[in-house]
Amino acid sequence: MAKRLPKKDVVIIGLGWTGSIMANELTDEGLEVMAIERGPWRDSPTDFSPTYMQDELRYRIRHELFARPEQMTFTFRNKMDQTALPIRSWGAFMPPNGVGGGGVHWNGEMWRFLPSDFVLKTHLTQRYGTSFLPEDMTIQDWGITYDELEPFYDRFEYTCGTSGTAGNLRGQIMEGGNPFEGPRSRPYPTPAQPQPFSHTLFAKAARELGYKPFPQPSGNLSTAYTNPLGMKMGPCTYCGFCEWFGCANYSKASPQTTILPHLIRKDNFSARANSEVLRIEVDKTGKRATGVVFVDASGEEWEQPADLVILSAFSIFNVQLLLHSKIGKPYDPVANVGTVGRNYSHQTVSSVNGFFDPKKYNFNPFIGSGSIGMCVDEFNGDNFDHGPHGFVGGGYIGQVQTGARPIESTLVPPGTPSWGAEWKQTVKHYYLSTVKPGTGVHGGFYSYRDIYLDLDPTYKDRFGRSLMRITMDLKPNEIKQNKFLTDKFAEIIKTMGAEKIAPAYRTAPYDITTYQTTHINGGAVMGTDPNTSVVNRYLQSWDVSNLFVLGASAFPQNPGYNPTLTVGALAYWAADAIRTKYLQSPGRLVDG
Amino acid sequence: MARFPHRIAALAVLSCSTSVWAGASDPQEFTQIERGRYLSILSDCTSCHTVPDSGQPFAGGRAIETPFGNIVAPNITPDPETGIAAWSDEQFDAAVRHGVGRDGSKLYPAMPYNTYTKMSRDDVLAIRAYLNTVTPVRNAVIVNTLPFPFNIRASLGVWNTLYFKDGEYQPNPAQSTEWNRGAFLVDGPAHCGACHTPKTALGGDKADRYLQGTYLQGWSAPDITGDARLGLGHWSNEDVVAYLKSGHNRVTAATGPMGEVVALSTAKMTDRDLVAIATYLKSLPGRSQSPSVLPADDPAMVAGAAIYRDQCSACHGLEGRGVNELFPSISDSSMVRSDDPTTSIRLVLRGARSVQTRSQETGPGMPSYGKQLNDAEVAAVLTYVRNSWGSAATSVTPMEVSKVRSDTALRPD
Repeated sequence: MAKRLPKKDVVIIGLGWTGSIMANELTDEGLEVMAIERGPWRDSPTDFSPTYMQDELRYRIRHELFARPEQMTFTFRNKMDQTALPIRSWGAFMPPNGVGGGGVHWNGEMWRFLPSDFVLKTHLTQRYGTSFLPEDMTIQDWGITYDELEPFYDRFEYTCGTSGTAGNLRGQIMEGGNPFEGPRSRPYPTPAQPQPFSHTLFAKAARELGYKPFPQPSGNLSTAYTNPLGMKMGPCTYCGFCEWFGCANYSKASPQTTILPHLIRKDNFSARANSEVLRIEVDKTGKRATGVVFVDASGEEWEQPADLVILSAFSIFNVQLLLHSKIGKPYDPVANVGTVGRNYSHQTVSSVNGFFDPKKYNFNPFIGSGSIGMCVDEFNGDNFDHGPHGFVGGGYIGQVQTGARPIESTLVPPGTPSWGAEWKQTVKHYYLSTVKPGTGVHGGFYSYRDIYLDLDPTYKDRFGRSLMRITMDLKPNEIKQNKFLTDKFAEIIKTMGAEKIAPAYRTAPYDITTYQTTHINGGAVMGTDPNTSVVNRYLQSWDVSNLFVLGASAFPQNPGYNPTLTVGALAYWAADAIRTKYLQSPGRLVDG
Repeated sequence: MARFPHRIAALAVLSCSTSVWAGASDPQEFTQIERGRYLSILSDCTSCHTVPDSGQPFAGGRAIETPFGNIVAPNITPDPETGIAAWSDEQFDAAVRHGVGRDGSKLYPAMPYNTYTKMSRDDVLAIRAYLNTVTPVRNAVIVNTLPFPFNIRASLGVWNTLYFKDGEYQPNPAQSTEWNRGAFLVDGPAHCGACHTPKTALGGDKADRYLQGTYLQGWSAPDITGDARLGLGHWSNEDVVAYLKSGHNRVTAATGPMGEVVALSTAKMTDRDLVAIATYLKSLPGRSQSPSVLPADDPAMVAGAAIYRDQCSACHGLEGRGVNELFPSISDSSMVRSDDPTTSIRLVLRGARSVQTRSQETGPGMPSYGKQLNDAEVAAVLTYVRNSWGSAATSVTPMEVSKVRSDTALRPD
């Protein structure tokens, strides 16, 4: 029997980006907020020390900062007629753990989605007709427009100090920025980071091919910055240890560098680390959450009652907790009813490595930063006519030099032996003259009827709860999209002067064992119809009105950009709705 | 339910203590109480008399490390038996300004009566009036935990003869009102000299080295005179005010014991008082020595430069300038050049967290390099930064590093 704790106004599940944003906004409103975090407390100077952080083996290879599969894992299968098996070592994505969540170990890419991305279904059917879309594709509009979200994009960019070059300032296209982006109300808070040689060479080649390259918007700052909360950040030192690592230099935007030092000084905020929420409790009507039940590190079970529950764990954990709490109707792909677990998606990424003559090119790959880069956006979303190509969606492509960490940076051209003297010689030969784009091709991943999340019938976690089952594969639309983008990318790398290139296309079956990105989305999607969405446009649960579900679980499908900026902007948007609408009159904010 | 009887007990104590309050202080006397509250901030009473994070302000029990052993600060809440409720105003004044305990015995000068004596009787009674308003806590403290022979208080008479000059602050008519206010604060309630003035073997101030920096409790407190090389000579008044107000300025950040002083005391002072302190400190004479700079090809300088580039430059910059209000500027820091490098060594070996204040919440930290760098390497990198970018100072030896390493091993950070 759980011991009951004194009631709080708000309980927050998961203290990553969205939990930190929401906690800060709601404590500003004067509410008593308690955050519960499954992983440990993490703090910049003590946990991300430059004296040991640059350790590829510990953090990259052995996954130091992530959840341990022994603690919590998922089962996986490609198709509905297969038996899913548990993931015992992380591969395709990295489930975050601990205070700061994914905001600790991300690269820092800070993209806005295109205006058309938010009204995707309407836009594509208007332009190409309904029959152009694959029959099993279940994309839908978000229920929010770019213009509505713009002020919150702006807020999160200024929280993070984002470095970039504006491409569309209040409708005016700006030289040097992304001409395809939606209008922004202000320039970026800090200028774009200075770019290393491989990036400037990429941009030159892209320009020669008629594209408009621009610096990737970056959460690794070009210069010192003080954010609106008074948090101080330093300039990025290009150490080359961003993704998989915590930033030791206060230069990567994270909850630790931008929000938490301010938040934790507030008397009306408290947090419990190393505490895992088992379920959200609802009353007899099933329409009102009464709090959460969690287990602390000593195995003790506690009930934390609250008036408002914020579910702000990582996307897939949000879906899992909804299912374990029996909130909302689980998705059934056969009957095509239910919503929780529906429209799960990922990202379609690939890359092209370019091998250059070492006598002519030295890219000094040790200069690295998670989200510097020169990108082109001509082939993202619906920025080009898909009519002749027979697929929808797209992505950005770009050269992003993230470092030359030795274990992962032993690239050789195709045809080289995979071991022995010749392999060693070739690694050495090309070490400084290889273009190894971080993500390279960053394509969208649209949603489908038979790609979804549900509870596994066989495997259980340490608390006896069913594991989350992932059913996921790559569809012909995404494979065609990736082939198209990868070829465009290879053309640019060739134009840069590469003597050999090695494109690696993304193909079916979807591979859960090797890393793609951690951008897994959907499963508790937002929308205007309770029959096809779990939360309304304010991320409020249709079923339980005092529950808000934040994060990328709300994406109805995934556009061709990194998700974090939109995740943060949506958290500010939901917080604003709670502050200006919900608290005045608690209840459903949208009729449905 | 279990809490209820406690509450009754607390009420009983409260009413009981009210009835035995001695002295003339009137709980309605807002002006006096408020003045006393501010004076208690200026005097930083809470630092010694409160166990950090205990939630029991002024209840005593914190051990104060002295070169002679530990002294435990007494309970100064208005508790009738274990606090000061039963003390008369005379007894309170005698303790604070004259170093005489309630029973007539002499106080150890860990209680800075030698500077509090600069306050007036009215000042001290205002502090008393304020302390009468805080929650009484029953907490009996055994103060004297010194070893023999220091536990014999009789010797303190001799100490007083040598080092204690009883008497209120007398303004210097040749100086401005602001300077005089600063002098009163620094020499009086703020008792800066307790940490920043070198001490004799008996623990008395070396008067001719006033505020020129000294060692205590595992730290070297820097020179805070107007000395250009070692003190505040290159700090503007605004730099001093920003540091004391927020714990951070363009040069450095407060950590360790000074971080605590900022958080508990100086951050709560008025800007006017902080400007006065700055004016006074910057007027004080320093030592004005200028040692010659080590040649760049000195082996320690060569090694230090390489270590600095690898380990330090990411935050502090290749030119040692750091990032404003985030990473201290080593090139501008007079602390780095200090004759006693204890604090610099300690910061490299153990790291430190800078103070978080209302106006500077980030509280960045210096990582610990104690495992990564050996004594010779720490010595080399410190020798390098002490002799770069226009600075000159003596070399740091591996022996000094080794001493700080063993001394700080058992100390809390």
